[in-house]
Amino acid sequence: MTMNLLRLLSVSLLASAFLLSCQPKSKKIATPAPSELMVYESFDDFAPLLENKSDTAYVINFWATWCAPCVEEMPYFETLHERMSGEKVKVFLVSLDFKKDLDTKLKPFLEERKLKSTVMMLADGRYNDWIDRVTPEWSGAIPATVLVKGGELRFFGEQFPSYEALENWVKGL
Amino acid sequence: MKQMFKLVGLLLAGAALWMAAGMPDSGLKVGDTAPDFRLKNIDGKMVSLKDYKKAKGFIVTFTCNTCPYAVMYEDRLIELHKKMEAKGYPVVAIQPNDPSVQPGDSFSKMQQRAKEKKFPFAYLMDEGQKVYPQYGATRTPHIFLLDKNMKVRYIGAMDDNASDASAVSKRYVEDAIAALEKGKDPEVTSTKAVGCTIKARKVN
Repeated sequence: MTMNLLRLLSVSLLASAFLLSCQPKSKKIATPAPSELMVYESFDDFAPLLENKSDTAYVINFWATWCAPCVEEMPYFETLHERMSGEKVKVFLVSLDFKKDLDTKLKPFLEERKLKSTVMMLADGRYNDWIDRVTPEWSGAIPATVLVKGGELRFFGEQFPSYEALENWVKGL
Repeated sequence: MKQMFKLVGLLLAGAALWMAAGMPDSGLKVGDTAPDFRLKNIDGKMVSLKDYKKAKGFIVTFTCNTCPYAVMYEDRLIELHKKMEAKGYPVVAIQPNDPSVQPGDSFSKMQQRAKEKKFPFAYLMDEGQKVYPQYGATRTPHIFLLDKNMKVRYIGAMDDNASDASAVSKRYVEDAIAALEKGKDPEVTSTKAVGCTIKARKVN
């Protein structure tokens, strides 16, 4: 309990320190309709999503069609989107598929799954230049998920074992 | 005022705890001494690094059959071994996934893949999954370059372009070995790359 309280206090301290230290940026990311697929060739264009300072939690899942555990946990993110989008939670499924597989693998996959969450493709292959910019905690292995809210970022570097595990993580339990 | 200092102190302590809780797991870091191991090769023989009498170092590579990134690097790993073994730095590949979770990485599937691709290097099964946590490998492929004293000199990706070998502009492992050959420290000592998580045995 004390630990939780400390964490909460420190989160708010860090959040406020972060807010104070950062000038508001004019660059905003366009959030596309679920039906269209945004493709980011450069991490710089994608990065503003990770700077979300609003009180809506952005749950950003990095996945790929070839990543079996990612595909396994995908329904949990869809359920999260369905159940919690009214509660200031927004789900982004960020595909790290290879650019060459966009039309042959990713698009057919999306067509078949009819995902409701926002899907994006991050096709910047200069991994070493941007993985640390998501969070230094991340080795680059997928699945990986981050939650960004109020300028704070939390990281989860494994497959979620169940929907409940994902929901609890999002709620900070 | 004193109360406020107390509060700030408490907050800072909390922040430190919170950040420490989020730190990645232990494993080898550049400069650490790597442990040797004794693992079964695809030919059935047990292999340790100390068996390589002439080696000046090792390109210990955690890789597997099933990860698309690992597959994209297979040909390059073969080439790297051919080129670097001559200089005293053989590739030693270790397959860390548990076959009960990832059947495509069973010992017989490893043998099959090695035969198909004519792997010129050892392809070892991390039986019991004891070695990859010691090294701190988190994904496939994940390379640990060791020098002759078993000291870790570089950790990361082979190069800077996984999907297109012809578009590679930085050959991290080759550059690091070139530096070691000159008696220098590698310029780049660690890199990150997208890869597949290592599949650990599920605990019931």
